[in-house]
Amino acid sequence: MNLDSLFLIVIGTIFINNFVLSRFLGLCPFLGVSRSLDSAFGMGMAVIFVMTIASFVTWPIYHLVLVPYGISYLRTIVFILVIASLVQFVELVMLKTAPALYQALGIFLPLITTNCAILGVAVLNIDDDLSLIEALVQGFSSGVGFTLALLLMAGIRERLELGEVPVVCRGVPIAIICAGLMSIAFLGFAGFSLK
Amino acid sequence: MSAWKVFIRGLWEEVPVFRFMLGLCPTLAVTTTLINGLGMGLATASVLLGSNLVISILRKGIPSKIRIPSFIVVIASFVTIVDLVMHGYTPDLHKALGIFIPLIVVNCIILGRAEAFASKNGIGYSLLDAAGMGLGFTVVLCVLGSIREILGAGTIGGLPVLPVSFRPVLLFILPPGGFICYGLLLAGFNFIDSWRKEK
Repeated sequence: MNLDSLFLIVIGTIFINNFVLSRFLGLCPFLGVSRSLDSAFGMGMAVIFVMTIASFVTWPIYHLVLVPYGISYLRTIVFILVIASLVQFVELVMLKTAPALYQALGIFLPLITTNCAILGVAVLNIDDDLSLIEALVQGFSSGVGFTLALLLMAGIRERLELGEVPVVCRGVPIAIICAGLMSIAFLGFAGFSLK
Repeated sequence: MSAWKVFIRGLWEEVPVFRFMLGLCPTLAVTTTLINGLGMGLATASVLLGSNLVISILRKGIPSKIRIPSFIVVIASFVTIVDLVMHGYTPDLHKALGIFIPLIVVNCIILGRAEAFASKNGIGYSLLDAAGMGLGFTVVLCVLGSIREILGAGTIGGLPVLPVSFRPVLLFILPPGGFICYGLLLAGFNFIDSWRKEK
């Protein structure tokens, strides 16, 4: 295990292959909760949390259960069920042990089950042939990348509310075009070659 | 509601990608070419047909408290079938769509139709609903895929359509082009819609 490869994963998933802006994962919450900075921050934290745990749980299930028994084709079904029950479980544990945290993140947790970024990172961990530690790091930093894009977007949208936008573009269309412009900026990072 | 209306509203009145912002991730991610858009649209439509059929058959047997997990299992099974079929018969397309094939499971359109329609209606109507919604989704993906392919590569379905002097705008097949094209299409959709309402 060398630190270089972990560093590459962190930089790669936050900037070069940002989950939202270049992989197009998790667009529904990206547009849904980016109206204000507060809710964007809450959603971002919840995603980082669940993504890290999901990576930590799905990797052993795939490599220690599905592969040895030759049923890796059940991956999609198993992963989505594990993630759905994991989110419920996290919600219950949080409610009992950390009510303050639950207050802050609680309303976002049920939404996360159908967030394709979570299933996406679990599948990517397997497809990229990562080790458990690398998967864990990828899960965490993907969440950070998602949060970064979400916060930037929320900042822009708070300003957009005040701007004079043509009627047909108001709301989602202008937000998506702004996301496109942000994506151009992030494309600049693709110039870095890390390998 | 007449059968025709159930079918046709997926194509304009309730086209999910524009009306409810559902299923955006595959819409933007795979539409770099017409073929990819068509493949993704048909894959999603066939999962939708299968899941609406099974869920409308089982709707009286599924207790309402565990309906969402049950729907997800049904949907995931059909996604696995589509995944394996595409892997076997269209390996190139399977590779191009990559991670977005397993991610059909979390496409909100499918769960949305299961919850909003198939769990409350009969088999015939549910199939019509799935066909309409699936077709509407496929059409949007094809339109977006064509625009991006023409502007970004100067071809459509792999065939050159623009004169050689046209320099393709690479941006349109890169991620930003997806966002910008979709944003403009959505604005156009809103424009036509408000114009139709005024009339």
